[in-house]
Amino acid sequence: MDHILSVLVFFPAIAGLLGFVVSKESIRAYGLSVAAIEFLLSLWLWFSFDGSYPGFQFVEVLPLIPSFGINYYLGVDGISLFIVVLSTFITLVGMIALSVEKDLKNMIISLLFLEMTMVGVFVSLDAIVFYVFWELSLVPMLYIIGAWGGNLRIYAAIKFFLYTFAGSLIMLVGMLVMAYLYHEATGVWSFSITEWHRLILPENYQIWLFIAFFIGLAIKVPMFPFHTWLPYAHGQAPTIGSVILAAVLLKMGTYGLVRLPLPMFPDASVYMIFPVAILSLIMIIYTAMVAYAQEDMKQVIAYSSISHMGVIVLGTFAMNPEGITGSVFFMLSHGIVSGALFMLVGVIYDRRHTKLMSEFGGLAHVMPRYGTIMGIMVMASVGLPLTMSFVGEFLSLAGFYQVSHTMTILAGTSIILGAVYMLSLYKKSFFGEVTKEENKNLKDLDGKESMALWTLVLVTVWLGVYPKPVLEPINTSVESLVSFMHKKAITKEAKEVIKPKVIEREAE
Amino acid sequence: MLEPISVSMESLNLGTLAPMLVAIAGGLGILIIDLIKKDLDKTLYVMLSILILVVDLGAVFGQRIGDRGFFDVMLIDGIAVLSQIVILAASMLFIPLALTSRRFHEFSYPEFFALFLFMVAGFQFMVASDNLILIFVGLETASLALYTLIALHNRERSFEAAIKYFVMGALAAGFYVMGAMIFYALTGSVELYKIAEVLKAGDFANMTILLVGVSFMIAALGFKLSMVPFHTWTPDVYEGASATLAGYMSVVPKIAGFVVAMRIFGFLIQSDVVWVRDVLYAAVVITMTLANIMALVQHDVKRMLAFSSISHAGFVMAAIMIGTTQANSALFLYWIMFLFTNLGAFAMLWVSRHKDKVWHDRFDHPYEKFSGMIQIKPVGAVIMALFMLSLAGVPPFSLFWGKLYVMSAAVNSDYIVLALIMAINSAISVYYYLKLIVYMFLKDPTQNEGTIYEQNTSKPLQTIIGFSAFMTVFAVVAVEPILEIITTYVQASGF
Repeated sequence: MDHILSVLVFFPAIAGLLGFVVSKESIRAYGLSVAAIEFLLSLWLWFSFDGSYPGFQFVEVLPLIPSFGINYYLGVDGISLFIVVLSTFITLVGMIALSVEKDLKNMIISLLFLEMTMVGVFVSLDAIVFYVFWELSLVPMLYIIGAWGGNLRIYAAIKFFLYTFAGSLIMLVGMLVMAYLYHEATGVWSFSITEWHRLILPENYQIWLFIAFFIGLAIKVPMFPFHTWLPYAHGQAPTIGSVILAAVLLKMGTYGLVRLPLPMFPDASVYMIFPVAILSLIMIIYTAMVAYAQEDMKQVIAYSSISHMGVIVLGTFAMNPEGITGSVFFMLSHGIVSGALFMLVGVIYDRRHTKLMSEFGGLAHVMPRYGTIMGIMVMASVGLPLTMSFVGEFLSLAGFYQVSHTMTILAGTSIILGAVYMLSLYKKSFFGEVTKEENKNLKDLDGKESMALWTLVLVTVWLGVYPKPVLEPINTSVESLVSFMHKKAITKEAKEVIKPKVIEREAE
Repeated sequence: MLEPISVSMESLNLGTLAPMLVAIAGGLGILIIDLIKKDLDKTLYVMLSILILVVDLGAVFGQRIGDRGFFDVMLIDGIAVLSQIVILAASMLFIPLALTSRRFHEFSYPEFFALFLFMVAGFQFMVASDNLILIFVGLETASLALYTLIALHNRERSFEAAIKYFVMGALAAGFYVMGAMIFYALTGSVELYKIAEVLKAGDFANMTILLVGVSFMIAALGFKLSMVPFHTWTPDVYEGASATLAGYMSVVPKIAGFVVAMRIFGFLIQSDVVWVRDVLYAAVVITMTLANIMALVQHDVKRMLAFSSISHAGFVMAAIMIGTTQANSALFLYWIMFLFTNLGAFAMLWVSRHKDKVWHDRFDHPYEKFSGMIQIKPVGAVIMALFMLSLAGVPPFSLFWGKLYVMSAAVNSDYIVLALIMAINSAISVYYYLKLIVYMFLKDPTQNEGTIYEQNTSKPLQTIIGFSAFMTVFAVVAVEPILEIITTYVQASGF
């Protein structure tokens, strides 16, 4: 199947359009089937993917505006493949656990459109097509937060939209400059990302362009100091919104870092390692502390998300295969773990309509199954070995250790601080006596919630114990990316920092 | 005793006048029909107008590019043909909006349609000449017709709007004439190409006087294109006029104005009169930014759209300031994309227009009116949201491609700061477009009566809205062919 990527992108959108016709009573089954089919399609993509080939596969090119060099150009490599699978997987799981009653039909249709944009971002290889999906993903999310969220939902939704939109417009200017420089160099217009990768720019151009792209991507990540929209968005969004926001939408930013500025501007990226690492460290430590100070369970997880995203950015800027492979893997594990955590908070919120930790206590007695899963996921979030997060976090930090020892040690505090706030969250709400009358008769997980959550637990443990099937294709692509950056780098420092070879190979 | 002047018909080259003559003859024809038989239905007049515009369009296509005619005052170059096509297409799309299900009395007068056609002819004269006097005649014909059309809406506010527009327009006309006079005094000609030649030959000797002339011209065109600080009439006039005409005013007179601005400022920018470029740069930035900021605080959707159209005009003026072929092509691409979206947005307002003001004692379309529309009229709300997102420049909707191309033109001519300003302005503008979306999608409805959003709806109106929604969504497919045609025409006229 040559056009599997197009099918993957547009199947949910077409399904969303047809969904307008489906009656209100059956819309849930419809949404589930569409998400399941989409997930199966993405699995098919995975199995027909050749893990030993580092370049782009299933490539599709169709001219859109040829005179201006804009093409409908899709492809996946090891880096994007699993994020695509993650997007379809999380959408399916989120849909299973969906507990929204109001306007369910609108919700399902928005989710399907959102799925299109998520898959689209990760498979597009043309900057403008990338940008189209990137911006379009804001619209359904705006609606999901704004229509089903908490009291401040409209403020949160607009803040989310404006921050990302403003940032990405700066990135758009960067893209236009890039296209112009490409035109100057070759005489042809092109917005193809793979073509841009081949363009070697002088260092001062690289730095300005890097900044333009970085601002757009950093707001999405969200890097300190642009992170303020995220706690609002999470705090106000309905469960499904938080799950998708944390699991997939934030990954667009870090994925974009790996795909755009790093290979395009290797010298500038090396030049910027220090400032970016400082920002990441602030993100890691500061937001971890803020997370500890929260009283709302969801806010704790929201801030912990930012903290973990800091580790991902740090790993990316290690500029060596371990670091980047680790950060890509950490994107996946963070997607699964934070998605599960938000879902778990959603479960308790549906029952008690509050997320304040002080309202709970002793939940493990009342809801043993819920307590178990929450326990596993809290451990996973902290980075316990044999869970998925451990692999990602360890590799990211190991990668950055080669760049700077001190900073890595500082970043390592994220694990300790993570343990502090996550375990205290667990302790406050799950252990001890049941203090509140309302909590005595809470229902434990029901069928659909258990099903969604246990799937996530399974994946967390499976990929924690045996990450090879995922790690290897990622690593293949990342290694070729890093050696490409090494070859392309023009300054001496960059050549030194970007280490394409892994240590074991040097011993050979 | 004067010598008799003999003029041969061939040298007049009346073919260059054919399109305008068609429109004028059509308008007169409509008046004659009314004279013969009274009280014919408006559907007849609407369809007749469309047919006349079709013939007009045919005549435009029949013109040879590069022709001059009628004592050389007519100039048929690429942009003249191109802008006439845009003007005619826009007129054809707007005039069916008269076919509402409710009766609005202005459409029962055949004079409305006659005036409409005269106005179109006026705009055609404006763009198809480089003679300052003929441009003036075209401008005034079109404007006078337009004032009357606005007043025909027959509400207190429409009279106010018409008077306001008339006074401002008269002032602008005064400025224009002063500017033209100074150009004539300097060069002894009212033909732009001759003015350019003489000025160049004299090496821009009388710079000070020239600058005074240019200032008058900027002021005059600033009024017509609603550049800040000459924009003050715009929101009131849009509010007073019917949504149909407001939408029309936001598109067609502007494109005619842009073409004139391109002709007048084009050669000044190409030559080394740096001052003109700087002033335009400032005007562009101020227009974009201030209009955006003022749009933020509006309570009425129509006034918001008025300010937004000022801001869009500023955006496009940047293309004139940049002045490369790509920039001038971008101008037309932008405006064609803007045409579809704005047509849709104003048509949506028009459909929901009530005779009396239910929501607010002053405004027809306050934001509250659209509160919770998604729950009452989901399709209408989604379509309106599409138009808003497109105006905000969210890809892949039509206006994004226009913005992309204008910004690219800026970047390619080393105006990176300008491109950044444009980007920031787009980000600001998102806020007020989102405001409507927030009301429609995220708030609860204030009343449950579904008909409020389609008071005036009828098959033709739905078709127009459907068409513009379609074009807005699938614009990406149309960009390439449109761009190709535009670039050919723009290059053919040497801009």
